Amino acid sequence: MRAGVLILLLLALAALLGPLLLPEPDAMDLAARFAPPSPDHPLGTDELGRDLAARLLQGGRISLAVALATALLATIIGTAIGLVAGYHGGLADAALMRLTDGVMALPLLPLLIVLAAADPAKLGVPADIQGSESFAVARLAAIIACVGWTTVARLVRAATLSVRGRDFVRAAVAMGASPSRIMLRHILPNVASPIVVAATLSVGHIILIESALSFLGLGIRPPLASWGNMLTGAMDAVWSAPQLAVWPGAAIFLTVLGFNLLGDGLQRSLNPRSAST
Amino acid sequence: MGVIASRLLQSLAVLLTMSFIVYGLMGLMPGDPIDLMIAADPNLSSADAARLKALYGLDKPWTERWGRWLARLLQGELGYSRLYARPVAEAMAPALLNTAILMATSLGLALAVALPLGILAAGRPGSMLDRTVNLLAFASVSVPVFWLGLMLIVVFAVTLGWLPAGGMAAVTGDQGGRLAHMVLPVSALALAGIGQYARHMRAAMLAEAGHDYIRTARAKGCSPSRVLVRHQLRNALLPIVTIVALEVGGLFSGALITETVFAWPGMGRLIYEAVMGNDFNLALSGLLLATAMTLAGSALADLAYWRLDPRIRRQ
Repeated sequence: MRAGVLILLLLALAALLGPLLLPEPDAMDLAARFAPPSPDHPLGTDELGRDLAARLLQGGRISLAVALATALLATIIGTAIGLVAGYHGGLADAALMRLTDGVMALPLLPLLIVLAAADPAKLGVPADIQGSESFAVARLAAIIACVGWTTVARLVRAATLSVRGRDFVRAAVAMGASPSRIMLRHILPNVASPIVVAATLSVGHIILIESALSFLGLGIRPPLASWGNMLTGAMDAVWSAPQLAVWPGAAIFLTVLGFNLLGDGLQRSLNPRSAST
Repeated sequence: MGVIASRLLQSLAVLLTMSFIVYGLMGLMPGDPIDLMIAADPNLSSADAARLKALYGLDKPWTERWGRWLARLLQGELGYSRLYARPVAEAMAPALLNTAILMATSLGLALAVALPLGILAAGRPGSMLDRTVNLLAFASVSVPVFWLGLMLIVVFAVTLGWLPAGGMAAVTGDQGGRLAHMVLPVSALALAGIGQYARHMRAAMLAEAGHDYIRTARAKGCSPSRVLVRHQLRNALLPIVTIVALEVGGLFSGALITETVFAWPGMGRLIYEAVMGNDFNLALSGLLLATAMTLAGSALADLAYWRLDPRIRRQ
């Protein structure tokens, strides 16, 4: 867990200090394509002569924004579904859990490709918004959250079932609290720890998915940088500049590793019984 | 029997819903098949375009088109792939075989390395080996497979020049060349799997280690290796079988990105190209097949569990 926190802190520090020390990430210099590392460009330049380190940090900012937004959205959807299914039981539970099973059975990546290939223009999104950074982030977050909520829903449902029969819930029912109040004020705080663990672990997974989609040209699209689409550029130039492929992938790997170590550590400290496996 | 029947019905419901949703989504993709035909043939007039539209049923709402597609599917007709200019089944068959080859080899390799590693790690919890396996497991769930593949290309194809970077066979088509083309994609997929399987194997072995039957076996004088192989391992393999069966279903489409990096003409790449190329029939059939494989994998996992564990059968 400490290693995870350390990795994430170092990345955050780099993201904060980077813009002060490095050139503009979009500034092209076609005379200096594929330049080797130098004092001006600590990691060298890419196929359009842009500073690799600066693009790496800009891409990281966008990848993290997508991952955090998606994790938040997916956690909210999953928590709501899990709470309702676990608390109400019966038909609502059966229907919601069949839905969860159904979504879990779908082939993730091909489905995401179909969703991501949808043309925003055909959905009525105005053209001037389509190219903006916040639209790109929101679009991906919505797509990935569509399929990413299932784990949280299952966890929350199981935790809700175990809390539902406790005395403090029955007391709240006896005092006439509404179901939504009971779920939000009494049950939710008691099922928060598995939610936090699942959300943390999902961030890493989402970064991998986002980078894969961007790599395939369906996620964050150039000129916006993302670690995934930087690797697309690197793959096209793999014979002339193989060094370009190293850094974006290493950044994805380290970030995901950081979140996974953090999530695992949280799981161990919040639920010591699970530590043995 | 009741369990199997309800399972089948549920799977059919998922497939049906999936086809409906995907059919709707296809209409949202950029471009339009008729426009593509017009672009390919400048002699087409707008009257021809309207006639083509009616011919392909594209003037009807998509829910109605979905119904027709389903009716044809039930008669065993998958339609025609525009991208490959041949019936969908003919376009999918070789891709299916290629993915199966890639998957079986990499899964076999990953298991051959991971299971012994997991068993050894469980034998000495906390040892150097155990901690290495744990680290490997974290690394393998954190690494983007396409980057791993790209790095293998950089090292073994670009820098060292030992192996081809992509494709399936040299133009000459000799079998040795084919093996060489398999090395890198298989290694990338296997490397990404080893850590996870080793971790599962370790956990399963440790979960069995504390049971009474192990102590009984030791007490009646079984040799340590016999206890390990005949008693502990046999039981520990149960959850592993389940995990592998689930994985097999997912791998069919999960190899998509590895296939793209290495230009391996498999199912994943086929689906990707069909979606990108506006080839409705092929994309729809490919996606449904991938869903069916995932469902079959999880059914297989349950069935294997039921076959292998008499305790579950008796319940």
